[in-house]
Amino acid sequence: MKATKVLDAKGLACSMPIVKTKKAINDLASGEILEIQVTDKGAKNDLAAWAKSGGHELINHEVDDDVLKFWIRKG
Amino acid sequence: MPVKSMNSKEVTRKVFHKEELFILDVRNEGDFQDWKIEGENFDYLNIPYFELLDGVEEILGKIPLDKEVLVVCAKEGSSIMVAEMLSEHGLSVFYLEGGMKAWSEYLEPVKIGDLRDGGEIYQFVRIGKGCLSYMVVSSGEAAIIDASRMTTTYLNFAKKIGVNIKHVFDTHLHADHISGGREIAASTGATYWLPPKDATDVTFEYRPLESGNSVTIGHTSIDINALYSPGHTIGSTSFVVDSTYLLSGDILFIDSIGRPDLAGMAEDWVADLRESLYSRYRELSEDLIVLPAHFMIIDELNEDGSVAKKLGTLFTENHGLNIDDENEFRKLVTENLPPQPNAYQEIRETNMGKITPDEDKQREMEIGPNRCAVR
Repeated sequence: MKATKVLDAKGLACSMPIVKTKKAINDLASGEILEIQVTDKGAKNDLAAWAKSGGHELINHEVDDDVLKFWIRKG
Repeated sequence: MPVKSMNSKEVTRKVFHKEELFILDVRNEGDFQDWKIEGENFDYLNIPYFELLDGVEEILGKIPLDKEVLVVCAKEGSSIMVAEMLSEHGLSVFYLEGGMKAWSEYLEPVKIGDLRDGGEIYQFVRIGKGCLSYMVVSSGEAAIIDASRMTTTYLNFAKKIGVNIKHVFDTHLHADHISGGREIAASTGATYWLPPKDATDVTFEYRPLESGNSVTIGHTSIDINALYSPGHTIGSTSFVVDSTYLLSGDILFIDSIGRPDLAGMAEDWVADLRESLYSRYRELSEDLIVLPAHFMIIDELNEDGSVAKKLGTLFTENHGLNIDDENEFRKLVTENLPPQPNAYQEIRETNMGKITPDEDKQREMEIGPNRCAVR
């Protein structure tokens, strides 16, 4: 999936993946896609809930070994 | 205002003593709804931390100034962040050390009573998950029943009170938590006992635990008598310890009874469950003190934090023991069941030795309440 920007949040513990995601998405225009890579498994539910409450769309996620990848389209 | 930490032991004390506490839970709504810290006089506010990244101003008015405030998250990081933000506004708040992860793993030992020949029996209350395990000690020896995977807690406790662990039992193959039984037995040289009917697929050596088995702890003969009581699983076995305590496993709880469906055998095991509860247990002395492997709700705790009640009292008060109609009983235990415990199939496979997930994975599998009962 083609992302406008890739955020590497691997190795970071909660709450940092979301703090960084929020900053990164602020730099994007509406409709652009951010790819986020994390290793904190708790990020999955939190990112989904955060995206929803912020009006963004979590369009896909996948697991690659220990790395979770998410694609969020800015709302 | 400085941010202070509160650990699981301190929170457990507040639960036991029915103290007041205001919990600001900053996990996402779904996780909070599914499972939270329960206390009779606890109040709650659930706002996910990711909605507070721009500031905590809008929740300031909702946080009481006249009681202790505990910020809770999954692992600790986000609760520290939110606690610091509140602190900058002049509030004095605590965060939960280690978060819900630590809460799920905390065990509080509670002495249940003395045995007739000088021994003692302890209950380990896993307050966050509602799991109960036991240590029976006598003359320098100990037996452990239904150990959780936090094995160092039992090993350290045994060391502290100066006893050697000789026998380790599981009343059944657990589906809600990972057993520490095998590991404790391996590290102490103790014998590990399992009901053979629950152990048909296990990949390791064990001693078959069957009705009529009697094991003696210490020189003063504390007998542990096994009683076959199928229903939650086909092998489920209860114990009568020192002719006084009935360790009922997941067959009978204080305010509920076991569910027969976690191995996918609800219809087949209903009759066994009924037989165990309505015939076999009826033949036992009503003075026996029931010590189950779980509690479901905080109301089941006694004043001292223990979970224990006379069998005779349960015959009167426990709804699950008072259903005369067999069809009605069948319906209760096979229909409208609560959701299954998180990852229960993987937990069963781990307890059979078929898979060996790492510690992080084991933790994740066990997240949430135990859900082993029907009310």
